[in-house]
Amino acid sequence: MMNAVNDANILSIKNVSKNFPGVCALSDVSLDIRKGEVHVLVGENGAGKSTLIKIICGFHPGDSGEVLLEGVHYAPETPRAAMDAGIRVVYQEFNLLSYLSVAENIFFDHLPRKGPLVDKKKLHDDTVKVLRRVGLDVDPWQPVELLGVAQMQLVEIAKAISSKCRVLILDEPTATLSPSEISRLFDIIRTEKQEGLTVIYISHHLNEIYDIGDRVTVLRNGEIVGTKSVKEIDIPQIVSMMVGRQMESEYPFMDEFKQTDIPILEVKRLRIAASPHEISFALKQGEILGIAGLVGSKRTETVRAIFGADARLGGEILLNGKMINILTPKDAVEHGICLLTEDRKSQGLILDMQLDCNISLASIDKVSKLGLIDYGEERRQAERFTASLAIKTPSVSQLVRNLSGGNQQKAVIAKWMFSDANVLIFDEPTRGIDVGAKYEIYLLMWDLLSRGKGILIVSSDLNELMGICHRIIVFSEGQVSGEVLRPEFEQERILRYAYRVS
Amino acid sequence: MDTKKIAYLMLNEAGIGVVLVFLCLVFSVFVPKFATMNNISNIFTQISINTVIAVGMTFVILLGGIDLSVGSVLALCTILAGLTITKETLPLGAAIPLAVLASMAAGMACGLFNGWVCERWKIHSFVVTLGMLNMARGAVLQVSNSRTIYSFPKEFNAFGTLSYYGIPLIFIIAVLLVLIGHFILKKTVFGRMIYAIGNNEEAVRLSGHNTKIYKVTAFVICGATVGLAAILYMLRLNIASPILGNGFELSAIAAVVIGGTSMSGGKGSLIGTLIGAAIIGVLNNGLLLMGMSDFARQIVTGAIIVAAVIIDTYRARLSKMLS
Ligand SMILES: Nc1ncnc2c1ncn2[C@@H]1O[C@H](COP(=O)(O)OP(=O)(O)OP(=O)(O)O)[C@@H](O)[C@H]1O
Ligand SMILES: [Mg+2]
Repeated sequence: MMNAVNDANILSIKNVSKNFPGVCALSDVSLDIRKGEVHVLVGENGAGKSTLIKIICGFHPGDSGEVLLEGVHYAPETPRAAMDAGIRVVYQEFNLLSYLSVAENIFFDHLPRKGPLVDKKKLHDDTVKVLRRVGLDVDPWQPVELLGVAQMQLVEIAKAISSKCRVLILDEPTATLSPSEISRLFDIIRTEKQEGLTVIYISHHLNEIYDIGDRVTVLRNGEIVGTKSVKEIDIPQIVSMMVGRQMESEYPFMDEFKQTDIPILEVKRLRIAASPHEISFALKQGEILGIAGLVGSKRTETVRAIFGADARLGGEILLNGKMINILTPKDAVEHGICLLTEDRKSQGLILDMQLDCNISLASIDKVSKLGLIDYGEERRQAERFTASLAIKTPSVSQLVRNLSGGNQQKAVIAKWMFSDANVLIFDEPTRGIDVGAKYEIYLLMWDLLSRGKGILIVSSDLNELMGICHRIIVFSEGQVSGEVLRPEFEQERILRYAYRVS
Repeated sequence: MDTKKIAYLMLNEAGIGVVLVFLCLVFSVFVPKFATMNNISNIFTQISINTVIAVGMTFVILLGGIDLSVGSVLALCTILAGLTITKETLPLGAAIPLAVLASMAAGMACGLFNGWVCERWKIHSFVVTLGMLNMARGAVLQVSNSRTIYSFPKEFNAFGTLSYYGIPLIFIIAVLLVLIGHFILKKTVFGRMIYAIGNNEEAVRLSGHNTKIYKVTAFVICGATVGLAAILYMLRLNIASPILGNGFELSAIAAVVIGGTSMSGGKGSLIGTLIGAAIIGVLNNGLLLMGMSDFARQIVTGAIIVAAVIIDTYRARLSKMLS
């Protein structure tokens, strides 16, 4: 390997600590990043990964310690300064300006100019070029708000690599991507690496470490547990370093657990704006039904239409055999149907409100009497879910904005668990959640099933779907292109349906 | 409690109140007539009407909206109430309650219209209420034939001069309204939804709530407070006129913003609004007593409004540092 020869450190982090009110996010962290390597950072939710990144890229200063960039003291005061030093980041949360076009977002910091004006032609051509590099096929003038999360993620990556950079930091870039885009991303990383780029890579998908990583560092509770070359360590070892104990398997599929044959939710000839086809399927009581498909196969659009978040153009929805009329999310929630949306920041959470207010948002009636909120009860319920989902926070009064990405995701799950719906539709529910916590969430799902509920999961992580579902239906270009039962689960088969090759 | 904690509490809980206390101290020292019982009672009277309107305005601004029509709707309410109360065919015992009812109903109807149009066609309230500002003004000139109504029954006027221990009745009403509103915002589901929608409407909608109803209701509440303010106005000045109320919307918005409510919604409180209204009132009164001309007073008031908001941004930063 090339980088094994080249031992020079491009970044040295020395004894860095960072505290937030009631939280020690990093304590005395020291870490060397070698020039030209792909360094993977892993750790549980709230372990301090994003905090470390934010210190390197000038988002906030550390409390103590220092960072050396190629041996020189380096303390960026602003993200701009870090960018100028050649450090580019794709943050865990999206930072695109939603009303601007794709092109303007990508080249926001260095728009090509013709005199005082923007050189539109060059902007267009340059954008097409980087978009091709990341394999995204959209109109450069399309406003970003019309893109799906996976496409936004690719735009973020395009933005980061559009200008010359020395260190590229990716904070959970694959959380929203499907396998084909992930392998595209890895190709990009490999190509850039050959040209001397150093990459710091954060992910909860541990198998990715072996695809692109050279070395891996494990963080736990704000401390470094260890740094290893990927060749010396396997996933179970990494997991036990992360969580501090052994974990048997990733998915708790209990075979004795059988779904019933009673359909709980039937979707018949559903028509949505995004697709010319009709969509039909049924979810049974006590079943976890997965929806697989490529990004852009209209899975999100479909579940949003079922929930009433977007208009339904036609078709029927039956709940327990009875036709119901869902026009708004309110109707859906009143019928006991819930939807966990894929974008937690803009659609799932109220970032500037407390954790307990967020958890009770969909079940406010359960913590209020005659229109008056029972604060004590609200707090108790929130604490119950904070404990059962192991949300890492100093208290339930913490603002959700201050939680780590994975813990924010858990907050959305808590909100819907509390609502006690009968049909739970989860769109990318475990996005950004660590392996240990995922396992706990799957167990909670099983608990829901045993109480006669049905769960519909959209996920881009095929292994996850194959790990926990009874049945998977595959979407392709806005229609159901195949159905696979658990005994026949096979990655290749599902992908074939997704690509529609027979 | 250590000093840091006290400073933190002061910054967070008292907030802009520090500015009010500071202003009062300065005026007390430099203006001899400022800190007299009589003058303070005057200030109370002067800020009551603005406070009442600002209460409703706070609800609307917390949702990220704005209501520019409050001034002309207020005029409309006074005229409708004035016409009712001076109707000879009505016995006094019925005329007064009916007048209050007419005023409140007119205010709420205008609010309902504002809110409904905004939500039905998804238009920003700035535009809709700007339209209402003109419509209500035109309507009131039409209804009243551009005439002012004076001769209210003396029993009605008597309410306006009532005061308890030097605190005028209309100020007591205003403070009560603030307290009721504060209770609604902080303790009820309705209040929770106001804050939540102001922060992230889409998340609230996708959690299964009808956000439109809450938003329309906020405008109706704002209209109701305008209706009440109209009655207080008549009690205080004993007139109803189609041309009054010009610029009231700006004073009310200023009180809300000085009080720390964010114009983009989701953050703020009614206690802040009360303090904001008091700051404007104290400034006007103090500067007048200092003998400052009308024009100069406007300049200083304007400047201090901006300064107060700037100080508030520092306060937020400071309290973040201390926490
Ligand atoms: N601005 C903040 N204010 C208060 N606490 C914070 C803030 N930012 C982060 N924290 C806390 O610091 C800890 C580390 O957070 P960080 O975001 O670095 O975790 P992470 O390792 O990236 O987790 P995840 O995998 O969930 O993204 C968490 O407990 C989090 O709640
Ligand atoms: Mg993170």
